[in-house]
Amino acid sequence: MATGIKDKVAILGMGCSRFGERWESGAEELIVEAFNEAIGDAGVDVSEIDAAWLSTHYEEINVGKGGLPLSIALRLPNIAVTRVENFCASGSEAFRGAVYAVASGACDIALALGVEKLKDTGYGGLPGGLGGTLTPQWSANGSAPGNFAQLASAYRAKHGVERSDLKRAIAHISVKSHANGAKNPKAHLRREITEEDALNAPMIAEPLGLYDCCGVSDGAAAAIVTTPEIAKSLGKERIVSVKALQLSLSNGSESGHNSWDGSYFHTTRIAAKKAYQEAGISKPREQVSLFECHDCFSITEMVTMEDLQLSPEGGAITDVMDGFYDADGQVPCQIDGGLKCFGHPIGASGIRMLYEMYLQLQGRAEERQLPDPSIGMTHNLGGSPMSNVAAVCIIGAHG
Amino acid sequence: MVGITAFGGYIPKRRLVRQAIVDAHVWADPGLARRGRGERAMCNWDEDAVTMAVEAVRSCLNSGGTSPDALYFASTSAPFADRQNAGIVSTALSLPESIASVDLGSSQKAGVSAFIQALGAVQGGLYHQALVVASEKRRVKAGSAGELAYGDGAAALAVGTDGLLAEFVAAQSATVDFVDHFRSATEAYDYTWEERWIRDEGLAKIVPPCINQALAKAGAAAADVDHFIMPSTIGRAVAGIARQVGLRPEAIADNLAGVMGEAGAAHPLVMLLHVLETRAKPGDLLLLAGFGQGCDVVVLRTTEALAQFQSAQGVSDALANRQPEDNYQKFLAFNDLIQLEKGMRAENDDYKTALSVTYRKRDMLLGLVGGRCGQCGALQFPRTEVCVNPQCGAHGAQEPHSFRDEPATVLTWSADYLAYTADPPSHFGMITFKEGGRFMTDFTDVTVGGIEVGMPVRMVFRIKSMDSRRGFVRYFWKATPVDRA
Repeated sequence: MATGIKDKVAILGMGCSRFGERWESGAEELIVEAFNEAIGDAGVDVSEIDAAWLSTHYEEINVGKGGLPLSIALRLPNIAVTRVENFCASGSEAFRGAVYAVASGACDIALALGVEKLKDTGYGGLPGGLGGTLTPQWSANGSAPGNFAQLASAYRAKHGVERSDLKRAIAHISVKSHANGAKNPKAHLRREITEEDALNAPMIAEPLGLYDCCGVSDGAAAAIVTTPEIAKSLGKERIVSVKALQLSLSNGSESGHNSWDGSYFHTTRIAAKKAYQEAGISKPREQVSLFECHDCFSITEMVTMEDLQLSPEGGAITDVMDGFYDADGQVPCQIDGGLKCFGHPIGASGIRMLYEMYLQLQGRAEERQLPDPSIGMTHNLGGSPMSNVAAVCIIGAHG
Repeated sequence: MVGITAFGGYIPKRRLVRQAIVDAHVWADPGLARRGRGERAMCNWDEDAVTMAVEAVRSCLNSGGTSPDALYFASTSAPFADRQNAGIVSTALSLPESIASVDLGSSQKAGVSAFIQALGAVQGGLYHQALVVASEKRRVKAGSAGELAYGDGAAALAVGTDGLLAEFVAAQSATVDFVDHFRSATEAYDYTWEERWIRDEGLAKIVPPCINQALAKAGAAAADVDHFIMPSTIGRAVAGIARQVGLRPEAIADNLAGVMGEAGAAHPLVMLLHVLETRAKPGDLLLLAGFGQGCDVVVLRTTEALAQFQSAQGVSDALANRQPEDNYQKFLAFNDLIQLEKGMRAENDDYKTALSVTYRKRDMLLGLVGGRCGQCGALQFPRTEVCVNPQCGAHGAQEPHSFRDEPATVLTWSADYLAYTADPPSHFGMITFKEGGRFMTDFTDVTVGGIEVGMPVRMVFRIKSMDSRRGFVRYFWKATPVDRA
């Protein structure tokens, strides 16, 4: 009988590069920037790392295939390095590899590092790409915002929400994230915006305007994990350990079977349920201190609040407008600014979310620090509403 | 006896208002000032002679319960010079692979020529039933006479021996290398000679003898003809021929110039359908003529069955389903008549198509054939090895099932300004089929604000994308709002 991951693995150190249009840096520089902070925080030597996981998505414009880019950039001591790719949830996937390696007893210390160099395409937004030999011959012609915008039409139809009410709620989501991101020196977009800014922004994909979309940036983030025992033996205090790590993938039923209504993430609901079970959380709305969700678009965040059981179904708009998820609300969301302000260097985002939860749990989040958080959660999503990879990770004070 | 057993037509929904063309060019040619009346049918960016042919043949098949063993495709604007265009039409409509397919072109009379070939082949017993489709989207230069005069469209006829709507009476052809215009194999646009010469030295001298010979074969007098069906963009040319031959002026059929323009090689058949739908009575004598480096003439007599016949979509239905377009710039953009900045995202369309995949999945990509699970009955697209129904999951149990004519509604949608499309925003979303099955699809022939959740849609065969670097066209199906008229 599987016993789950709870309290078997501790985070020894984390690092995060400055996110943004890093014209002066390539993936190599970003990797080194994040890693140096993480290894300094961990207080171990690079030679003590037993294995590493690298997450990147766009190998075509990025660092290339395989684990070599990480091994070479850091001159790792000829250890195992595995490249993982699972759409926008790739960062969580790298973390999962490292955590499982330590939990299995195969490694004492493992590294997860995610990186993406997006700003070498010559245009804004995520690059379009080859979808294989068959998909481009029949798949609908839409961008990432267009795919996630689909949620809005179905959500409105299901819950009888007026377009103007939905627009105002998703505007509030972006206003809140910008307010948070303005306080974060590592964020890409550090300017507060108003509800009017969001409502009057150019349309990207109905009903999502410019400020309903996250930024596109370069960045890297890293986590070094070990056992709680080793962490203690190294003299670490305020140890943060992994409480749950769940991943759920679509199997084509949302996109091919009429049982899904298009207004929510089927996989997120499954991953969240399993994660709460693994972490021993029965009342997430009361027990989760704060969380980072995959706010690639404002509508994604709104729908996800319900999928994570933090808002009742159909109740996200009310919670959003009540400030439930604001920095001074009951469960602050995107306290670091989220994808909205960090941008979304695909392979790095999942680990970047964990970085903020880790800082908050250790009381090191400076201007953004929340009072005494005990449980931090990340939700990292890849793909589209109708076919995706959902990762939910819960971390908290060890023990 | 051989003749027409069913028919279907297609005219693109968009109609470019001629005044918009005139407004753009009158500065250079003041003579255009009085030519702004009416509108011309205009293909959407994702339509061509093949897609229009599919829609016309589909209507014909849905009207007659036909099982053809030959398909004739006529066009001077076929998208492929060396790939059987009729074969694309045939596969798109899941016609049997045992069917014979023929492409005809190279002359404006090709539509009538194809009709005569089909009549002869069925009469001679070579084929049991033949489909003839003529489809045309002529390329024109901006500011040319053709830009104002032409229009896009297609017409399909089923030729058989049972249940005739119109009987074949006689045919006559003439072949004369009279070059009123030409387009060499390497050129994109026509080169056209003077209209007065074409009218007086060509039409007036080549067509009348051909008509007289046809009528003699039919044993009919010119005055007996109830409907004279012949297109020409040259003013008074057809009336002149009628006068020469002795046809009654009231027999001259409407050339639809005001409502759609002239659809090239397809136009004689488009006009024929329009006559059959709106004017012809049982027992009427029809004279059909196509002109181009000679002449092809067909004499037909309608039957009692015509009165009861209702096409799934005829030319007049298609003409009624119209959306006026007064933005001439769109015509330029859709027809590559202007060098537009398309943005880097447009470069993504230029990947080569894996022809081996296109072939392996031809029933899916061209025919919109998915699957029906033999165990649970769930419809699904695409057809896969393992059933998509979470309660089933049967392996290898799916039978082919076409979604072409399945009723569907919109579940989700967005209008996307970021993704590249020739006609932004890109409308796309999830549609669900009433009997089961769903997929993300492009919407076409939609205006901004014209789509909503729950709206009924139907599937249409369109260009998915174009590989301009290699000159390949990818086709697939899209959803379009069901005409509420």
